[in-house]
Amino acid sequence: MGPTRPTREKIKELRVEGITKRFPGIVACDSVDLTIGENEILALVGENGAGKTTLMNILMGLYQPDVGKIFINGRPVQFKGPADAFAAGIGMVHQHFMLVPNMTVAENVALGLKESHTHLRLDLSGVKKRIAEISERYKLPVQPDAYVWQLSVGEQQRVELIKTLCFGARFLILDEPTSALTPQETDDLIVLLRRMASDMSIIFISHKLAEVTALSDKVAILRRGRVVFKGTTAGQTAAGLATLMTGHEVVLPRNEGVDGCGEERLVVQDLCVKSDRGFLALDGVGFSVRSGEILGLAGVSGNGQKELAEALAGLRRVEKGRVSLMGRDLTNRSPREIIDAGLGYIPEDRTNEGIVSSFSIKENLILKDFASPKFSHGIFIKSQEEARNAASLQERFDIRCSSLNSAAGSLSGGNIQKVILARELAREPKALIAVYPTRGLDMGAEEFIHTRLLELRAKGVAIFLISEELDELMNLCDRIAVIFKGKILDILAGREATRPALGLLMAGIRPEAADRAAEPGEKA
Amino acid sequence: MTALTIVLNILSIGIPFSVSLLLASLGEMFNQRAGIFNLGCEGIMSMGAFLGFMCAYSLQNTAMTPYANLMGVLVAGVAGTLLGLLFALVTVTFHAPQGIAGIGLQMLGTGAAGTLFRHFVGGVTGIPGLPNCPIPLLSKVPFIGPVLFNMNILAYLAFLFVPLSSYILFKTPWGLKVRAVGTSPRSADTMAISVQRTRYQALAVGGLFAGIAGAYLSLGQAKMFADDIVAGRGFIAVALVYFGGWDPYRILGGSLLFSIAQSLQLSIQVLGIKFPYEFAVMLPYVLVIVVLAFTRSAVVKGPAELGIPYDREKRI
Ligand SMILES: Nc1ncnc2c1ncn2[C@@H]1O[C@H](COP(=O)(O)OP(=O)(O)O)[C@@H](O)[C@H]1O
Ligand SMILES: [Mg+2]
Repeated sequence: MGPTRPTREKIKELRVEGITKRFPGIVACDSVDLTIGENEILALVGENGAGKTTLMNILMGLYQPDVGKIFINGRPVQFKGPADAFAAGIGMVHQHFMLVPNMTVAENVALGLKESHTHLRLDLSGVKKRIAEISERYKLPVQPDAYVWQLSVGEQQRVELIKTLCFGARFLILDEPTSALTPQETDDLIVLLRRMASDMSIIFISHKLAEVTALSDKVAILRRGRVVFKGTTAGQTAAGLATLMTGHEVVLPRNEGVDGCGEERLVVQDLCVKSDRGFLALDGVGFSVRSGEILGLAGVSGNGQKELAEALAGLRRVEKGRVSLMGRDLTNRSPREIIDAGLGYIPEDRTNEGIVSSFSIKENLILKDFASPKFSHGIFIKSQEEARNAASLQERFDIRCSSLNSAAGSLSGGNIQKVILARELAREPKALIAVYPTRGLDMGAEEFIHTRLLELRAKGVAIFLISEELDELMNLCDRIAVIFKGKILDILAGREATRPALGLLMAGIRPEAADRAAEPGEKA
Repeated sequence: MTALTIVLNILSIGIPFSVSLLLASLGEMFNQRAGIFNLGCEGIMSMGAFLGFMCAYSLQNTAMTPYANLMGVLVAGVAGTLLGLLFALVTVTFHAPQGIAGIGLQMLGTGAAGTLFRHFVGGVTGIPGLPNCPIPLLSKVPFIGPVLFNMNILAYLAFLFVPLSSYILFKTPWGLKVRAVGTSPRSADTMAISVQRTRYQALAVGGLFAGIAGAYLSLGQAKMFADDIVAGRGFIAVALVYFGGWDPYRILGGSLLFSIAQSLQLSIQVLGIKFPYEFAVMLPYVLVIVVLAFTRSAVVKGPAELGIPYDREKRI
């Protein structure tokens, strides 16, 4: 029997068989077999670059598999594009949001909702009614007239979900939906998904194994394109899954060292910085990071972290206050001067700010030094030196790519982060600012990055780590500052910081000074 | 001559001047909203101007005479549409770099129009062209009547296209798709919008407008054809799209500003005002550059993926 056109019948079982997909130089999916039954939640886990997104794009008809078939209720189907997948009732929330930023929420939904296209005039009121229905049914509040670019990441996520549900999805694919969410938003999403599972099947992709064990019925693990484990979630532990995922036991390293004992390196005093919208995003922030110390900055994102990092890196104007490194004033200096003074920077947005995605990996690795005598003769780049540098860093930092000449933007998130880390660390910085360095990365990559940061600490570098992950902060930091609405509420010693204490501070509630130890070198 | 008559005179020349620019830049706006910039606009206008002229010229003194101008505009529009589709084939299907492909189309159109003209016609030949149709009553309003309501039919239509384009772009399903594929083709693709098809359609519309803009020059404005009849208007049209921030009304403003400046500089020369004419000729262009430099770029509004070919299976 040949492939049939998809129909709107209920999906009792979705099965993929022998799916293989190759990209130049890499096999992204390698004979993958999977089955998902009615009302089931399947968690799909695997390292960055394991092929999860590729497999899901094949299910949506966005990629055509080289080999393999998809079956719905036992019958083979062929998806030539997302239209066919929608018709079969499959919907997907993509890892990178698929929203048009300069259109409103309602317009974004209307784009995919073919019933609204039947008349000369777009039927936006019909679309809004549909949005209201779905938003009511699933308790997902949205403002249909807001422009997407005005929304926070969490709100955009909600729009994505609503959009997919409006298209009539009865089989939902969520590709790393929690990577960009705050812990609170993540909890809400998990509750919602559990409720939704009563009338649909869900494939859920995540790196956070705690979410996987909390939510899913079945779990499948992909490693380098192959399914290495399939089974029920009950009885699995996060650590066990991590081992299966990476092929070795993952132990996140901890900072066991004595408290930072070196001299003050990065000193920030009374810093005031404006946000893009013109209000004060930082209001008198002060702290110092000492040699051989990791100072963490906890806080719900959007409380000034972005502005702080940019001000330190010279990318945003400082209105008031002072930044200095090793006693040298760097306030409002150019990024070039700041880089030359020895400040390393791992930016939040790794694909847009950390690399030039159309440049090769090799070029990205010398992006900050291409003009130095080490890599150039004045006007020409020393290409052999460039290649040698890249090869040695690739080995030291385990950068997985088909070639060092391929575009850096074609790498997976974890490998992009390794390229950035390699470039920054190879420059032997005096201080390093790391902004959400492990966001969206798998446990293997997280372990790798944590290990490198601790090595750097041992070498005496001052590290300023901005993160939302409390576990990460508590594992790595000597001290943890908490930021709320542009002010540092408190700085706790790492070994004294507890989840509840940090949680309260992150919510802006300052406990009485009684239960905290005074910090040396800390500004009141 | 009083100051008022001078001003009215400048306007009555400047406003009809703006029509071909307006048509061409509205067409280019649809191209760019869909993510493709077509520098070949100039070439399509040349072809439109030539074919419009050729049609009207060869139908003179035949049974078709009453329809000569109409046929001219139609043929120019069809040719423009076909050239737009050719550009789509090259840039959308074959992913050719748009800047280079556009310059190619410009040379093809301008060269072919000139060669065909010399082959079939030869020297300067006038045609009756599009007659002015004064609008009853309105054209009698003192001062503004003769300026605004005594133009040819194509000019009125061009001004009507401004609100119409705005409606199409912002209120119709097709406009929604065009904006989506220009700003975020991948998102559009995941929502089952065909990026390629929509871009083809937008380029066809852009070609149609450019072809008619050319026909306006030969049939409505010059009432003849010459090799250099378009004289860079196709490129100005592309600049006006940026100037207008991809918005039909602001594009109208830009076209008017440019044409009125052009007409002002002509008056400066005609009136014999002591002002170096080289500078007068530069005036409209300098004006556009200055305004462009001072308008805040409409990043949030504009097509973010302008100029980037889309390939579903390519990551970057
Ligand atoms: N469009 C593409 N072109 C080339 N290579 C790709 C493309 N999409 C993914 N890849 C490669 O395929 C592999 C799997 O990627 P992906 O499916 O995105 O992984 P995951 O979602 O598990 O992190 C990676 O090595 C990635 O670099
Ligand atoms: Mg992925």
